[in-house]
Amino acid sequence: MSEFNLSSLSVMMPEIFLAIAAMVLLVAGVLRGNQSTRFICNAAMVALVVALLIMLGCEPSGDIVLNGMFTHDPFTFFMKFLIIIGLIVTLALSVQSLYQDAIIKFEYPILVLFAGIGMLIMVSANDMMSLYVGLELQSLSLYVLASIRRTHLRSAESGMKYFILGAISSGMLLFGISLVYGFTGSTNFDVIASTLAGEVSLGGVIGFVFILAALAFKISAVPFHMWTPDVYEGAPTPVTAFFALVPKIAAMALIIRLLFIPFFAISEQWFQMVWFLSFASMAVGAFAGLRQHNIKRLLAYSSIGNIGYALIGIVAGNEMGLSAILVYLTLYMVMTAGVFGIVLCMRRDGAAVESISDLAGLSRNSPWLAYALALLMFSMSGIPPLAGFFGKFMVFQAAVHSGLYILAVVGVLTSVVAAYYYLRIIKTMFFDEPADKFEGNIEFGRKLVITLSVAFIVLFILNPSPLVEMAQSAVHSLF
Amino acid sequence: MPEALFEVGLNIGLAHYLSLAAMLFTIGVFGIFLNRKNVIVILMCIELMLLSVNINFVAFSVHLGDLTGQVFSLFILTVAAAEAAIGLAILVVFFRTKGSIAVEDISSLKG
Repeated sequence: MSEFNLSSLSVMMPEIFLAIAAMVLLVAGVLRGNQSTRFICNAAMVALVVALLIMLGCEPSGDIVLNGMFTHDPFTFFMKFLIIIGLIVTLALSVQSLYQDAIIKFEYPILVLFAGIGMLIMVSANDMMSLYVGLELQSLSLYVLASIRRTHLRSAESGMKYFILGAISSGMLLFGISLVYGFTGSTNFDVIASTLAGEVSLGGVIGFVFILAALAFKISAVPFHMWTPDVYEGAPTPVTAFFALVPKIAAMALIIRLLFIPFFAISEQWFQMVWFLSFASMAVGAFAGLRQHNIKRLLAYSSIGNIGYALIGIVAGNEMGLSAILVYLTLYMVMTAGVFGIVLCMRRDGAAVESISDLAGLSRNSPWLAYALALLMFSMSGIPPLAGFFGKFMVFQAAVHSGLYILAVVGVLTSVVAAYYYLRIIKTMFFDEPADKFEGNIEFGRKLVITLSVAFIVLFILNPSPLVEMAQSAVHSLF
Repeated sequence: MPEALFEVGLNIGLAHYLSLAAMLFTIGVFGIFLNRKNVIVILMCIELMLLSVNINFVAFSVHLGDLTGQVFSLFILTVAAAEAAIGLAILVVFFRTKGSIAVEDISSLKG
């Protein structure tokens, strides 16, 4: 037990600030009612920007504070930066559609903030206890968000499914943590690492398997992906955009930290499991996506496949693989933001339309939107000059470098299969008979997100090194 | 009285607690997958899973002579309460739109 020192809290200032801001906004929302939704969305974005600035101001020193519960090193800095940007983008994308879909509830931005705080805590966790509390804060907010459109059956049902499966996964996580605690004598990551490095106990390995299964559920890796398509389809589209953008990055950061710090001693055991998760996710993501007609469902399978590619970097198990994951996740987040910006524009007669055939002839009705989506889809399928290619390239390069030829070959083959459904969207937009026009008014925030996203993926080739170098130095702190 | 128990060989140790917790956990998991009737039963099974983990934590904590496990079990109790509240709230929302809480009626999303 070290003595409590107030200055140690400076490391977690962004989280503390966001927590206070979220509670102040909650009070403001309760006092002013649902007509203040837009104000609270904007205030939440401002709070996130302030939190980002606070985080940029404090040095990621790698200090471990609060009795070994909480850490802030360059790796968490990189991941938290992505998460906060993702939260801002989510709110910028969703304001308009909250009003269009009549989900005018001030709780929406506040729940997004609370989920964000949970993610920041779990990324920084250095102890099973802070991991669990952060993860649950995130999950509980997400369950509510999925069913926030509570007069609609599909939203309520997606919330229900997400809740039940999420609760099973947190049960498995806890069971695993309890075994690891019992067989290593501690919940602290560093102590677990040194105990397992001394002697690998069977109980510890079994506990670890439970933990990995639970976290595979959170990143929706196959075979724990069943909830993803249903939740993506049923949840309101701004919420789906949120699910696709942020929580997976946080869960991926958590998996990377767990595998490379406390459980690095049993890397022989987790190598096979992560190998299988990666292989199966790539295959299911590519093949199951082929027969989807709903664009949100299609994007769900696309995200499953993309998690498979990202996991290759973990299997590679070195700095090169991990920095490839960080680059991959960054690019994936940028592309997804753009794609969902456009999916949110798919509205006809005051209601959202979600079928791929609704995009027919978009190139004639609104050419800019069609060209933007075409570029994003080319990038998603990994066509060279665009950013998506570099993410895949780095991951496959890391795989070949570590001798993982099977995964690299499967990765290339499945991305060819997946290219079919990305390119099919382009074909529908440019060559099919035009359907009716979408509603034209697109808010500034959403236009900005789409423009920035497309500009990023087109211009990334000009200077990819800053991102790659940042990822490399972030990963360096884990080894 | 305890001495009498020791004489007949009823020494309850860590292994007994762990087996009990593992059995309760398994019953919880099976309850979720085998139950085809009612969502409330699923919520009860989830609660059973979380509470069986508490037995694990407390047993290990006593065995190791370390308080962390007991602190952890308090956290689990708190979070489980929040989780049950949210689960029931979502269940009410679902019942209002569907008019039923049968497991087989949670089926409008497929594919």
